[in-house]
Amino acid sequence: MENWSLVSICVLFGLTARWAVSLNSYSGAGKPPMFGDYEAQRHWQEVTYNLPVHEWYFNTTDNNLNYWGLDYPPLTAYHSLLCAHVAKLINPDWVELHASRGHESYGHKLFMRATVLVADLLIYIPAVVLYSFYLSEGSNKKKVCTVLCILLYPGLILIDYGHFQYNSISLGLALWGVVVLGLGWDVLGSLAFVLSLNYKQMELYHSLPFFCYLLGKCFKQGLAGRGLFLLVKIAVTVLVTFALCWLPFLSDPGQILQVVHRLFPVGRGLFEDKVANTWCSLNVLIKIKTILSTDTQLYFSLTTTLLAILPSSIKLLMKPTLWQFKLALVNSSLAFFLFSFQVHEKSILLPALPVCLLLNDLPLPAIWFLQASTFSMLPLFLKDGLLVPYVVTSLAFLFFSIYLLSAFEHCSEDKLRLGPYRRLLICMPRMDLGRVTKWKFYFSITAMAGLSFMSVALAPPDQLPDLFPLLVSVFSYLHFLGLLLYFNIVQIAEPLQSVRKNQKKSN
Amino acid sequence: MCYLYVELQSVISIPPRLIHRGQASVYDTGCVMATPRADDWSWFPALALGVSFLKCILINAYHSTDFEVHRNWLAITHSLPVSKWYHENTSEWTLDYPPLFAWFEYSLSHVAQHFDKEMLVVQNLIYTSPATILFQRLSVIVTDIVFIYAVKECCRSVREEKGSKDLLGHPFFILAALLLWNFGLLIVDHIHFQYNGFLFGILLLSVARHLQGRHLEGALLFTVLLNLKHIYLYIAPAYGIFLLRSYCFTKDNTDGSVRWSSFSPVRLVALGSIVISVGALSFGPFIAMGQLPQVLSRLFPFKRGLCHAYWAPNVWALYNMVDKALSVIWCRPRGARGFLRCLVVCALGSFMFGWHVHEKAILMAILPFSILAVESREDAGIFLMLTTTGHYSLFPLLFTAAELPIKVLLMLLFTLYSFTSLKKLFRGSLLNPLETTYLLGLVAVEILCEVVYPLSPWQHTLPFVPLLVTSVYCSLGVSYSFIRLYVSLLRQHGTDKHKQL
Repeated sequence: MENWSLVSICVLFGLTARWAVSLNSYSGAGKPPMFGDYEAQRHWQEVTYNLPVHEWYFNTTDNNLNYWGLDYPPLTAYHSLLCAHVAKLINPDWVELHASRGHESYGHKLFMRATVLVADLLIYIPAVVLYSFYLSEGSNKKKVCTVLCILLYPGLILIDYGHFQYNSISLGLALWGVVVLGLGWDVLGSLAFVLSLNYKQMELYHSLPFFCYLLGKCFKQGLAGRGLFLLVKIAVTVLVTFALCWLPFLSDPGQILQVVHRLFPVGRGLFEDKVANTWCSLNVLIKIKTILSTDTQLYFSLTTTLLAILPSSIKLLMKPTLWQFKLALVNSSLAFFLFSFQVHEKSILLPALPVCLLLNDLPLPAIWFLQASTFSMLPLFLKDGLLVPYVVTSLAFLFFSIYLLSAFEHCSEDKLRLGPYRRLLICMPRMDLGRVTKWKFYFSITAMAGLSFMSVALAPPDQLPDLFPLLVSVFSYLHFLGLLLYFNIVQIAEPLQSVRKNQKKSN
Repeated sequence: MCYLYVELQSVISIPPRLIHRGQASVYDTGCVMATPRADDWSWFPALALGVSFLKCILINAYHSTDFEVHRNWLAITHSLPVSKWYHENTSEWTLDYPPLFAWFEYSLSHVAQHFDKEMLVVQNLIYTSPATILFQRLSVIVTDIVFIYAVKECCRSVREEKGSKDLLGHPFFILAALLLWNFGLLIVDHIHFQYNGFLFGILLLSVARHLQGRHLEGALLFTVLLNLKHIYLYIAPAYGIFLLRSYCFTKDNTDGSVRWSSFSPVRLVALGSIVISVGALSFGPFIAMGQLPQVLSRLFPFKRGLCHAYWAPNVWALYNMVDKALSVIWCRPRGARGFLRCLVVCALGSFMFGWHVHEKAILMAILPFSILAVESREDAGIFLMLTTTGHYSLFPLLFTAAELPIKVLLMLLFTLYSFTSLKKLFRGSLLNPLETTYLLGLVAVEILCEVVYPLSPWQHTLPFVPLLVTSVYCSLGVSYSFIRLYVSLLRQHGTDKHKQL
């Protein structure tokens, strides 16, 4: 069968899975007075439609920032405005100022879910198809399998179509950036990434790799001539795009400051709720939130984050190839997730995207990470009533990706690039690290299944009401830490000059 | 230790990998889609599991009143003694399937009590707790295992041409995909809610057994099926004549006509005893209690929708069609495949002319026809026409706005797959331009009915118009397919080729 028909079938299947998940509940359904992310998005449509631009980010009588105030960059606001115009055509009650607060209805839910689907179809899905066909290796059948597996990643489906968010836009634009850069169009790639950054400020997690990759390319082309020209072109593109996105706010410095203040709420503390990163896990043993002052926490997290991303960024600067770029994206965003300030559990989607791009090359570690990332958000899914979709999509993803990508066949020490581990463990008895990895994987999946079951079936003891979310987040944290180490080693251990017989991943 | 590990490996690995002969290592690097071996069936569980996941994700979709029907039957069979099953009418959805199905619901109810005891209370009308929905949906998904097994057996019986082909081009793969992922079955069973997968599984298994020459098993399965849902009576004549002609008469004359001397009374008695014993098992208890008239009145509610004006021409047309079709397999039996063709014609004919026909009955023709479609070019063309229009005619079953994208996406998925795979298999276009234009017209009908008409002023005064347009438009395609199929049946009767049994 031809490629186009196979890809269409995969895309149709992915869309069906997405819409089927969207039939379930959303964040904050039926829970006044604050509801959840769904109401936040609806509220932003109301605010952007009814109020003038200079009031969107300010606390006014018509705009109470305590009730889901806008805290994403301007592109989100423009997108909400666009959706609001459509909503107004269908049913004006949905975006009526003040009167529509907490509005929930069958028709409105369909409309909101449809906006997510349209955005996904226009931005994220084409990027995935283009990536698989132009930038991944293998036979055509393998590329089609890659499309299917990336589209079936449960984390993104459950958050966008279940909990309710628009991550497919920001992640999709970032992916467009990767694809376009991979094809060699640096200026357009940086444009795409800047748009992505202006949709959600969390994309800053990806910014350092983009920066180092482009800078490294400029260095390689020689800063005296073409490199400098490229650098200037990219810098101008970035500045102009930023200016265009922030145009309505440029007239008043106070506007810009207020927006920045909304985007980076440093007053909110090191972390909120349970999240699978270092600070929350450390807090179990040492109550750092209470011991250190907010400023110290800020500097501490800043330093550790920078230290964690330094090796990967320097390596990318020295060797700006696509393979290094993908690994650096993973390492940078995962390091930010683990060590940064005010991280939410949904931010795991930021490292998850570049890991999806590694499904073709390192199937088993990628599948492991993606499953762990979905698992780490289990408490959120339980709160939203998404247990059945969580179980079904996780099992489906595990099954399809292991089967179609032959994950267990590509499990030798060589394929998993476990060379450095072998050198580190030289004192240990001779064992097959590939086999060890496989058994660790089985154990890990079983443990995740067990913890999931316990979270649902058992009630926590009275003295420890947060026992299960805590266990989930610590367990996930250990996985993320281990995988951060692994991906860093894979990236850094690669020689600077690609050896001829190991030519697989050089650009 | 190493041996134990290898054994453990082959047990735990998902899916079971075939170890290449001659190589001891289990770490074979082979992409699953490349050169498959003829006996490597690992793709089959993958297809089956894949569609099962899709069914699971539809658990929380819309369900129709059929959901309440089956919940009610669970309650009746669990809470009441057998003597009351066919008299109970607290709910309007009284038991109107044969007794074997009632026993099936009874056995399901024993599992149901562990999910939610309240669903088994007869008075709890329209009871839809999350546990109830989960149980009912899972019961359909789990009983589909019969269907999956039947599809496997049908795939094994499919004829294929020699020559290495990539896996996706093999007829048995295409048949498996067309049956396991059949759009009609998915939306009727797993959204609308029914147990057709289970029932069609038994039908297809019976057909597979006949294709494999195991006629007694096929007859047994069909009798069981009849006692589960009596709508299959429509195709019982095809079975009856086929078994009588091709099984009870052991030899044919050289010209293919019946050799009366080869009649085998032993075989006839064997068939008869199967039918009678299954019937006894099913209806026995009710005959003993003297409730047979009551049961029959529930099964054949002629008071429902009786319309004198249409009675006579209906039966006449039905009788005529069936008579002609049966004479084909009597005079010139074409073996099991000829029987299958006749079965499909009977099923489709009963859909065209039968009494109180539901649109879901089109599946009775589509599913068995899939087997013929992967073996012959002409059949593939008719199949595409019948399937596309038949499946589209099921759209009105899911009238909720939330399910609209699902039915459109799944329809596109199945239609795209069936067209591209059959086109690749038979190398070339299977439909003429007129047929293609007609099918493209379905898109226009869909847009008209779901988008344009609801926004027009006539939506409130004439709300039935979309249904009318859908039914009439699809009836053209279905009738056309029926005529072509009937003609192909008669044409085979006319030519003098002999096929092996």
